[in-house]
Amino acid sequence: MSIDLKIIKHISKLSRISVDEQKAHKLADDLNSIFKFIEKLNELKTDNVEPLTSVAETTLKLRTDEVKSKDIRDQIIKNSPQDNEDYFVVPKVIE
Amino acid sequence: MSEITKQSLSELVKNIKDKNLSSEEVTKAFIDRSEKSKELNAYITENYSSALENAKKFDQKPNLELKLPGIPMAVKDLFCTKDIRTTAGSKILGNFVPTYESTVTQNLWDEGAILIGKLNCDEFAMGSSNETSFFGNVQNPIDKSLVPGGSSGGSASAVAGQLTPITIGTDTGGSIRQPASFTGTVGLKPTYGSCSRYGIVAFASSLDQAGPMAQNVKDCALLQEVISTYDPKDSTSIEFKRNEYSKELTNNIKGKKIGIPKEYRVEGMPKEIEDLWQKGIEFAKDCGAQIVDITLPHTSYALPTYYIVAPAEASSNLARYDGVKYGFRSKGENLTDMYEKTRSEGFGDEVQRRIMIGTYVLSSGYYDAYYLKAQKIRKLIKNDFDEAYKKVDAILTPSTPSSAFKIGEKKDDPVSMYLNDIFTVPVNLAGLPGISIPAGQDTKGYPLGLQIIGKAFDEQSILNIAYAMEEKIKFKNKITDWWIK
Repeated sequence: MSIDLKIIKHISKLSRISVDEQKAHKLADDLNSIFKFIEKLNELKTDNVEPLTSVAETTLKLRTDEVKSKDIRDQIIKNSPQDNEDYFVVPKVIE
Repeated sequence: MSEITKQSLSELVKNIKDKNLSSEEVTKAFIDRSEKSKELNAYITENYSSALENAKKFDQKPNLELKLPGIPMAVKDLFCTKDIRTTAGSKILGNFVPTYESTVTQNLWDEGAILIGKLNCDEFAMGSSNETSFFGNVQNPIDKSLVPGGSSGGSASAVAGQLTPITIGTDTGGSIRQPASFTGTVGLKPTYGSCSRYGIVAFASSLDQAGPMAQNVKDCALLQEVISTYDPKDSTSIEFKRNEYSKELTNNIKGKKIGIPKEYRVEGMPKEIEDLWQKGIEFAKDCGAQIVDITLPHTSYALPTYYIVAPAEASSNLARYDGVKYGFRSKGENLTDMYEKTRSEGFGDEVQRRIMIGTYVLSSGYYDAYYLKAQKIRKLIKNDFDEAYKKVDAILTPSTPSSAFKIGEKKDDPVSMYLNDIFTVPVNLAGLPGISIPAGQDTKGYPLGLQIIGKAFDEQSILNIAYAMEEKIKFKNKITDWWIK
């Protein structure tokens, strides 16, 4: 199957990356050549194969729910792109 | 005593312990050489003045019991370092100063190492040539026209050029082993779960591993010993008995069974790679190892599988860069517009391409056909290795299908760039350890590497095999210092 501009627009919307016409054409070309290469996987029958989600064969460990780092609000806010001591500031979202 | 920057880690440690050298002298020597090496563009952020301060502090009250006593080193700029800018080679993190330290780097400082700078890399570790970095490409000390490989290109360049005695990189599909191969250095990708991922900028979480890069196998073993610890802060960190790899290092590999997978003899592989592999087989035999032919039938599916799994995980990991909580922010008319512009201006082309691939294979209607299918084939690839390891202790392959290529040569052809990782990617998919050692030069004098792949958690065996072969190979890197004015 081929990836057309409509699909590029759709995935750019899902990825929250704005794409202009010129970039959309380039991306369509690149993704088509990459997916042509990926199509090789269809040669294999995998109906009875269990998917591998992680190679680490461990179950997640339980731990007690306790506070380890306290009073780090300033650290958390420190890298906020817009200066503000108390909140993350974003453009207005409600009319 | 030879020139400081020419010494290996083991020599430097010995000279500091014997008080022939102070940490300050060593640190100053590597900083001086780094200063003269700006043309390589190996560094993104320098930490020279505080490194010198730390070295002086170390010398005032030296703790010579430590494994890296007062040893200066630079690390890949993918490791979060407290109060020191960490960019992942991206504009979107161009001003990011972490308020915490990655576990792996903390382990280094706890053993006495001193940070001299953060090294260039492909943006978010996505690349095989270090050409996707927002901070410009890195040059290979072997030759001005060559890429150093990637994504740990700055790390490989800095070790080969003797700007740092050792370094750490990360490897998601070959990002330690391929640049090591391109620069005539040694690079180890440990077993998945061996080194903590806490505080490493995430690319593809089921594949990412930190690992050591050095001038020789022994230095790599010592560094691995320092960075590999169990860490409750990484839920995929695994508790197992970690060796003192450098102490248990031996060149006695008599009777070890080494597998040669026929599927790695790929179409169009240059004769010099085939010859190198053959030479490697002879060296292994000389060391007393037993050579066994094996089969890894799904090898040719590894790269297409990787290019679904890695972008899928990346698209999800990189969703956090939205311009709200940290990092670069662009101006937008509303919140969605701000997100879209921030990500479009903040990420480079390759990162955007991979986010798009990942978003597509995870999107409604395509998930089963691509992502689930890839996870199933990943299982088949892992099964191949499990089957092979019933017969052998380790596997020997070339590290890369060619020597280092020219800057710009593959930049506009993503698929040909991806093909670089054909021999390294299966190892990440199966979560195994793999080491690349320099094993020869091509007709142009560019280094070529051999890869030794081990069983999960058996870093010791591949380090031993690499150590024994290194002794026989007697590789000498041809570094002319062309970049030093």
